[in-house]
Order: sequence, then C-alpha cells, then structure tokens
Amino acid sequence: MSQWPILPTILPALTAALLVLVGRDDIRLQRVLSVAATLALVAVAVGLYVMARPGEPLAYRLGDWPAPFGIVVVADRLSTTMVLLASIVAFAVLLYAVNGWDARGRHFHALFQFQLLGINGAFLTGDLFNLFVFFEVMLIASYGLMLHGGGARRLKAGFQYVAVNLIGSVVFLFAVGLIYAVTGTLNLADLAVKVPQVAAGDQALLAAGAVLLLGVFVLKAALVPLHWWLPITYAAAPPPAAALFAVLTKVGAYAIVRVFTLVFSGENAPAVAVADSVLVPAALVTLAVGAVGTLASRNLLDLVSFAVVASMGTLLIPLGLFRSEALGGALYYLIHSTLIACALFLLVDLVAERRGRARDRLRPAPMRQRGLGAALFLVAAMGFVGLPPLSGFLGKLLILDATRDAALGATIWSVILATSLVLLAAFARAGSTLFWKHAQNEREPAQALRAAPVACFGGVVALIVGLSVFAGPVTAEMQAVAQQAGDRGLYVRAVLGSAVASRGE
Amino acid sequence: MELLVASGIGVLTAAGVYLVMRRRTFPVVIGLSLLSYAVNLFLFATGRLAIDRPPIVGATANPVDPLPQALVLTAIVISFGMTALIVVLSLRGFLETGSDRVDISASDRDSSLGSPPPEGAS
Repeated sequence: MSQWPILPTILPALTAALLVLVGRDDIRLQRVLSVAATLALVAVAVGLYVMARPGEPLAYRLGDWPAPFGIVVVADRLSTTMVLLASIVAFAVLLYAVNGWDARGRHFHALFQFQLLGINGAFLTGDLFNLFVFFEVMLIASYGLMLHGGGARRLKAGFQYVAVNLIGSVVFLFAVGLIYAVTGTLNLADLAVKVPQVAAGDQALLAAGAVLLLGVFVLKAALVPLHWWLPITYAAAPPPAAALFAVLTKVGAYAIVRVFTLVFSGENAPAVAVADSVLVPAALVTLAVGAVGTLASRNLLDLVSFAVVASMGTLLIPLGLFRSEALGGALYYLIHSTLIACALFLLVDLVAERRGRARDRLRPAPMRQRGLGAALFLVAAMGFVGLPPLSGFLGKLLILDATRDAALGATIWSVILATSLVLLAAFARAGSTLFWKHAQNEREPAQALRAAPVACFGGVVALIVGLSVFAGPVTAEMQAVAQQAGDRGLYVRAVLGSAVASRGE
Repeated sequence: MELLVASGIGVLTAAGVYLVMRRRTFPVVIGLSLLSYAVNLFLFATGRLAIDRPPIVGATANPVDPLPQALVLTAIVISFGMTALIVVLSLRGFLETGSDRVDISASDRDSSLGSPPPEGAS
C-alpha cells in the first residue's frame, strides 16, 4: 500500500503544529517553513497526480483497517486534480502574502497550513463523516484567516460567516445521521453499494438526507439563495485570504460531484430527481445575481466577490447536468475560474495599495504607476469575462457546447451570453473609473509597486495563459478525469476490493 | 420514548431556528447552541433507542451500535469549539463597535478595505 495519498493532509498538519510550537515569535522562520512546506506540497500533489493517472484509484486505509470499518483516503484522478490545483493556488497566494500581509496579525502561516489540511482532506477523504470533519477544519482555519488583521467590519462580517457555516454544519450532521440511520455506513464506496439496496419504506428518509446534504454543499458553493455570505465575507476578508478562499467554494462543487455521481446516482434515486430539477435553474439565477451584483458594486473587492458568485453559477450549470461529458468541460472551467479569482483578489490588493486613501473604491483617485496597474487589470478582466484568447473564453465555450442538447439548453445559452455582456460592462466601467479618470487636488500616494507581489500575480496569470495555450491537452486530461469520476464500479473496487463490488453490481 | 425524544429534538430545533434569526448576537449564539444540542440528540438516536443495552460487545447479548456515539462525541467537540469561537467573536465585535447587532450597517459596508494598516504591525 502506497503511503502517498495521506501525505497532502499529513504535511500541512505537521507544518502547522511546527509553526505554532517553534516559530511563533519569529516571522522569518515562519515564512521559510511555510513556503518550504507548501512547495513540498506542490511536489507531493504533482507526484500523486502522476501516480493516479494510469487509471486505478489509490485507496489508503489508515492503520490498515479493512475498508468499510476504518478510515479510508482515496486518491483518484478527480481528487488528485483538485489537490494539485489547491496546492498551486496556495503556493502563489503564500508567496504574495509573505510580502507583508502575513505580519499584520499573528499565526497567519499556521492558519494557512491548517486551511490546506482541511482543503486537501476534504478532496481526498472517502468517508462522509470525515468530509464533515475536514469541512470543519477548513472552516475553522478560514475564520482565522478572514479575521487576520482585525478591524470592526471584519469582525461583523466574520460573525455572520461563522454563524452561517455553523448552521450549515448542523444541517450536514442531520444529513449524515439520516443517511447512517438508513444504510448503516458512511464510507462513500460502501454507500454506493448499499444505497441502491435500501428498502422502499426507507427511501424517503434517504432522499431527505441526500437533499439536506445537497443543501450544505450548495451553501459552500454559494448557490442562490444561499449565496449572501460570500460577497459579505470575501469583501471583508484580507485580499490574500480571499484569494485562497477561491478554492473553498470549489470544495462545495467537488463534494456535489463526488457524492452525487458516486452515491446518489442512477435513474430511480429520488434525490437525483430533486438535484436535477433544482440545481441548473438555481445556477442560472446565481449567474444572473452575480452579474448584476458586479454592476452595483461600489468598490473593486465587492465587484470581484460578486464575480466569484457569477463564476460559481457558471460552474454549477454543467455540474447540475450530472453527465460525464459535461463534467470534463466543467473541470476545465473550474481550474480557470479558481486561478482567475485568485489573480483578481491579488490584483485588488495591488491596486488598493497604490491608491492612497481611496483604496479600492470605484471613484477617481490619484494612483502610482497607473499604466502598469491598468495593464494588469486588463489581462485579469479579459480572462474573467471570457474574451478570447484566454481560458475564460474556452471554458465558457466548452460549457456552452456541453449544454447544447440539455433540456434547458436555450435558456442556458442566453443567460451565459447575456451575463458575459453584463460582466464585461461592469469590468469595463470599473477599469475606466479606476485607471482613466483623474482626480483633482489630491496628492499622489507614495507607495510604488514592488516587484515581488507583481511577480506572484504574473505567475498566476502565466498559469492562465498556459491553460489557454495548452487547452487541447488539458481538456483531453479533464475528459479522462471526468470519465473516471463517472465510473462508480472502479471506485468501489479500489476501496472495498473486487468481491464486494461485484456483489453490489 | 420515541415520541419524547422526537418532540424534544423538534422543540430544540424550532427554538434554535427562531433564535438564530434574531438581530442581536446573544440570541444567535444561544440559538446555534440549541441547534447543536438538537443535532447531537438526533445523531444519538440514529443508533436506535434502547434501554439497558450498552454499546460493548460481550457485555450484553445484543449491544447497540457504538458508532453514533463516536459521531456524537466528535460533533460535541467541534460544536463546543465553534461556540467558544463565536462567543469571542461577538464579544470582540461588541467591544470594537459598541453594538451587538448582527447586521452590517451601510457605513460599515462602504469602508471596504479600510484605511491602510501600519506596516509591520503585529
């Protein structure tokens, strides 16, 4: 049994403990340890991705307990792709944060590593209850990161964020309880075998559990009407933390894919009927609400936060179809939207620091190095809105192509195309206010752009350019990932062994 | 017993939902605690309700399922930690803003990133 699948959770956990114990008063030591550990995490994620590539999912049984009874960690192609994406985003954000943000409060690096522990754990776990536990780890760390630096507004928004997520956790536990009461197991592979065998009398209970679970996941993924926490939280969070939070919403999307293709799938599952009829319309409304929100925003951070809501809507449209052909394109868009959201949040910080007291408010103000700021904004905005030749365009194209013969096809096309126009208008308006209009009688702020933060932003943009240039191979990879994610028998065999899997077929 | 446990969970949940929707932080915190009590009882009940059957193999002829009790224990630890966090958060919010309202006022929203924090502050 290979020990690799557990490494992406062990490494941040040990690093975080080390940071708290050894480096608590020495920011330099913290930076060195944290950057080294995150770089190692990227290496581990690449290794794990390559190992999972040939096809068989790697199942790691903690303590070698047999599968349905012990804790199991599963590295299949979908989860390793997500871990790789999360570790790359984390590395870029961390390199940005060591230029000053991490010193504005205590324990930034420890919280950052705990956040990675939660994210990677949620991607790799093969067990519903551990998914809950890793969600909690992820959220506890995100509360800390969100409050990093303090301030009255952050505290108010933080209270709402924590309260909303605590309610989400309670609903998650109700769902877990219902599913356990009916099936007697929480192991995802075991659930995939046992859910189709549930007696007719218990079907309603099981469906109730599944729908509650869907509710929790769409809360994390910020689907309308459960999206209000996102703009409030992200717009109050420190921008580098918000850049990492770009991965958090994707954990919700991943959980929907994982649970609803593996466990609650098949024609006669009542839960799937609910998910089918609700998810796509709600995603369309989410996209519209996000796009309108960008138009109404009064500062750049609010605008980017609503843009993230819009991108989650776009992402959940193909995911809501629950078809592996649509999933491939959706994964490409997922990678793109995570990277571009990360880039945009970093950009907000870059712009705000150059504008003195105006910060990121959308009003004319003097700015240092206006031209460079405008160029950076142009690239990021083009990438987000989906103008060719960047990957946003290709991602939306793949989604449009996948939804061509769906039931709501015409509506999906019109909403995606119309909101692209709205987003374009919002970003163009924001850009022209920020970079073209000159303010009178205000002193130019002293701070100039430093090279290192711009380089971090540039690195993320380079990844997006790479994603656009190598769109062909990446799309082929993602199709293969989606193919494997749709193969339930493969996952069940890898976790439980072939004997059990054939009994369940 | 089923009726008693079920209605107890129901009343706790209803009271929790009502309190969570209040405007001040203290009722919200109490509401969240009530919700977590409700879910803990609910998880406990998923192992079936039985009397005089400890979850120990060999102690009785027909032990109850021990797993829900392990789940409840984990859930209690997590909800305890979360409640402590949100209590501290609401206290800090009250001390810094002088109000214990949950909603964010318009003047709060405008401030965005706020004024630039001092460099190198800890």
